[in-house]
Parts: sequence; structure tokens; C-alpha cells
Amino acid sequence: MTAALQVERLNRAFGALPVARDINLALERGARRALIGPNGAGKTTLVNLITGVLKPHSGRVLLNGEDITVLSQADRARRGLARTFQINQLFRGLTVLENLCMTIGERDGNCNNLWRSAGSKRAVIDEALDHLEALRLSEDALKLVSELPYGRQRLVEIAIAIAQKPRVLLLDEPAAGVPSSESHLILDVVAALDPDIAVLIIEHDMDVVFRFAKEITVLVQGAVFTQGTPDEIMNNEQVRAVYLGQEGPRGGRHG
Amino acid sequence: MAASDIVSATDCGQVRQRAAEYLLKRHRFRLAECLPWLLALAVFFAFPDRMTFGSQVLVMVMFALSLDLILGYAGIVTLGHAAFFGIGAYTVGLAAARLQWTEPISGLFAAAIVAGFVGFITGWFLLRYRGLTLLMLTLATAILLQETGNLRSDISGGYDGLPGLTFKPLLGVFDYDLYGHTYYLYALAALAVVFYFVRRIVYSPFGQALTGIRENVRRMHAIGSPVHRRLVTVYTIAAAIAGVAGALFTQTNTYVTLTVFDFDNSAKVMVMLILGGTGRLYGAFVGAAVYMVLEDYFSKLSPTFWQFGIGLVLVVTVLFARRGVLGLFENAGQYLTVRKKP
Repeated sequence: MTAALQVERLNRAFGALPVARDINLALERGARRALIGPNGAGKTTLVNLITGVLKPHSGRVLLNGEDITVLSQADRARRGLARTFQINQLFRGLTVLENLCMTIGERDGNCNNLWRSAGSKRAVIDEALDHLEALRLSEDALKLVSELPYGRQRLVEIAIAIAQKPRVLLLDEPAAGVPSSESHLILDVVAALDPDIAVLIIEHDMDVVFRFAKEITVLVQGAVFTQGTPDEIMNNEQVRAVYLGQEGPRGGRHG
Repeated sequence: MAASDIVSATDCGQVRQRAAEYLLKRHRFRLAECLPWLLALAVFFAFPDRMTFGSQVLVMVMFALSLDLILGYAGIVTLGHAAFFGIGAYTVGLAAARLQWTEPISGLFAAAIVAGFVGFITGWFLLRYRGLTLLMLTLATAILLQETGNLRSDISGGYDGLPGLTFKPLLGVFDYDLYGHTYYLYALAALAVVFYFVRRIVYSPFGQALTGIRENVRRMHAIGSPVHRRLVTVYTIAAAIAGVAGALFTQTNTYVTLTVFDFDNSAKVMVMLILGGTGRLYGAFVGAAVYMVLEDYFSKLSPTFWQFGIGLVLVVTVLFARRGVLGLFENAGQYLTVRKKP
């Protein structure tokens, strides 16, 4: 069976500093994999390499068996690769509903149309509202994103990714910057994602990682240090030494 | 429990309905939108001896409208928009002077095609860049075109221009008159057609995508938007419209010189748009009209010192009304509606 996402011997350096070294990674359909590692391990860089924000110096990225290494970000997104950003990247001056309609419009190619009015496709609006309802954001549909509290904005970020109907979803610290009293709302959404979507989540909170992930990849200094099931990682002495030991399994969040 | 579920379900239905209607109705024509057009017609009857000036205002409105499409909606910052205005102006100018092609309406179409083509070619290369780099490159484009005209002044007429052009009567019937009545209505009709196109584009899904690019280009890439293609498309359209404005400029003035490519012209149209308010269609109307009237008034007041007045108005706008005159009106409107509520 071809993996939903396959990363083969990916290399990238910023000047003399290697930030990705021979990274191999495979996400099966419906995978729930966490990517952990100390600060500066290259986790976000790996997401940027997979999504095409950065180009690798060598290696390949395959999406459902298709080599997408040379494709643009947008081409990859249209093939079913979605991501959320560590720091919100939203249309702050638009309403939440417009944020969603834009996503659906670009996904379905509606945005190539210069003549029809944007509101004339009721199905798009209804779908956008469905997504918002699923994340309990209906009340905020007509509010500007910039008016929402940060935690709600994080939900919009995820709603956009879900509205892309991805087959592979990369979540870059979905609960980052959200007070712990609200982070469970976001993590509930993450836990309830469509089981068909292959999900890679970057997360510092070990509680979340061990609750959510079926597999864990540990990244250290741009290279895959080890990977395995949560139990294996938890009991791996070396991992404890380089990562978990710094904070303990219940350590605080940073980054 | 069951009862409260039903209540929340209908609440939810109402929320959905309200949200959907906001998008469904947004593009509809509002009554207030008649105002600028009625005003333009009123001017025709009220100031019959100022029609040449009136036509120039309408030309600048169209020019500013084309800039609004790329600056206000797509967020493309350019200091070389006069390039396309100039190309349009010279397309009809040269066609009339060298090829004896003096039919005005087909001249507008020719100007749109030529300016749009140049917009497409330059946009394809330049719109990979953003910010200061793009600012310099668009500026350079306009200067290059101007100097090309200067180099071949045997064809372009150089800075002496192409004077004394004559155009055929409109539709073969309405001739050019000394006071410019015909051309005022002609320019107004052309503006109405162009405005209709721009309004459709702005409220289309494509127009929404442009807003998205302005708001957050990284997000647009991430949701799969072909950003470069969108930008080149809108740049081409804006160039074509600026070309039509330039063509009208030549036709109403019956002469054209290389000064249409001036940096002044690019800067002027941007000042107009900022004065009126960017990204709101009618900002171009308000901005161009206010600017032109002020310019007219100040230059009569002091022929050497008039730019001081314009500069002062711009400084005040940027300091106290960052969203332009229209933004100011909107704020006032919001303030009043909030006050009215108990």
C-alpha cells in the first residue's frame, strides 16, 4: 500500500547549518503521528519542506505515491496536503465566514470566476457554515478574525485546514499560545478529525502527544533520532536523556 | 432538555441564515450608489462651461479605479501605473496622427488591448516581487517607456507631443464641440461601463481571492491559490482600464505629450486613491474629484504654490483619516448608529 505521505532522504541546510539531514518519514492513510524534539530540532523546517515553503537540497516528497518535490505550495495543497501554522496565518481583516468561503472557493476552483458574485453559490456558504458549526464557531461567523480571542483564532486556523478536505494534514503546534484552560477545546477538535486523514502533529505537550499519537518520531538536530509507539518512546532511555529528561512527561509548553 | 435543544437548534438556524444572507446580499446594488452618477449628471447641467475640466475628472476617476483594483484589492504597490495610462494615451494618439485611425470608440478598445498586453508581459515578470523591489521595478518600467518615446521622438513627437489631433464624430453623429459637452457624456458612459466591469470583478470569487492575497499571501499559498496567476490577471485588467483612461485623456485634450508617463502622474493617481479611500470602489470617485477640484482651486489661488495645499490635505488625511474620505464617512455613520441605539 502506498503511504499517504512519504519523505525520502530529505536534506536541507541554511548556509553551513544542516537543518534536515537524511530525513525518512512515512504516514499511512489515517496515521496519527507526532513529531517531537527539542527547540531548534527542525520540526517546523520539516513541515516547510513537506509543504513546499522550502525546497530541499536533495531527497523526495511523495504524496499518495506521486512525487511532489518540485511542485509549488499551491499545487501540493490542491493535491490534498494541508497545514496549520505555528503562528496564525489568517485573513484578519475578513470575517470568519469569508475565511472559510475563500478556502472552499480556492479548493473547488470557483475563484477563477471573475463575473459571478461570490455569494451566489449557496452550497459554498452552507459548507462553510457546516465546518464552523462542527467546531462551534457559528456564533463568530460574521465577526472579523482580528476581533476574536487568540484561542478562537486557532480554531479558525484548523477549520480552514479541514475545509481544504485534505488527505494529509500537518498540524504545527495547534494549541500554541492558547491558555491551558482553553487548549482542551482545540485538542478535542484534533482528536475528532476524520480517521481517513493522515495527521502529523508537532506538539510540545507530552500529555497531548501520548493521548493523540499512535506513532511518534523524535527529531534531534535535523535528523530522525528514533521513532516508535508512545510506549517505546516513553521507555527509550536515550530519548529521555535528550528530550523528555529536560522537562519530564508533564513538562510545560514552550515555543 | 429536549426543549432547550430545540431552542438552540432554531437559534443556530437563525445564526446560519443571518450569516448566509450577509454574503448573499453583499454584492447587491444599493440605492446610495446612484449618488455619484446623479452628481455627475447634475454637474453636466449645472456647470456647462466647465465640461473640459469635468471630463478630466472623469478620466482620473477611471485611472484611480484601475489602481484601486490592484492596490486597494490585491495589495500590489506600484509607482508606475502611469505607464499604462501613457500607453493608452499614445495608442490613440499615434493611431490618429500616423495611421489616420480617428474613430474614438474603437480607439478605446485598441488602447485597452495594447495596455493590457504590456501589463500582462511586465506583470508576468515583475509580480514575483513585492514591496520596495516591486515599487522600484514598476517605476523603472514607466521611465523606460518614457525614454523609449523620447529616443524615437520622430514617431512619438517627444516632449513636444502630438498636437492638434482630430477625432471622428462619436458614432458618426455627435461631433466634438468647443465646450466639451459631447466628450463629458462620452467619458461618463465609458466610466459607467468600466465601473460595471470592475464592480463585478470585485464582488466575484476572483475578487475575494485578491482580497485574500492582500490580507495574507502565505495563507493563500497554503490553501492552494495560484497567487502569481491571480496577480497577473488583475494586473492585466487594471492595465487595460488605465489604458482606456489614457485614451480618453488624449481624445478629450486632442493632444498628448510624453509627460503622461511622468512619475508625477503615477504618484498623483495614488494620492487621489489614498485621499478617497482604497479598496472601496467609490474611493476613486471621491478622491479624484476632491483632488482635481482642490488642484483647480489652489492653482487659481496661487499658481506657484498650489502643491503646498495638496500636500497639506494629504498629510492631514494620512494622519487623521487613514482610510480616506470614505473611511471617514463610514466611521461617522457607525458612530451615529451606535449613538442611536438605546
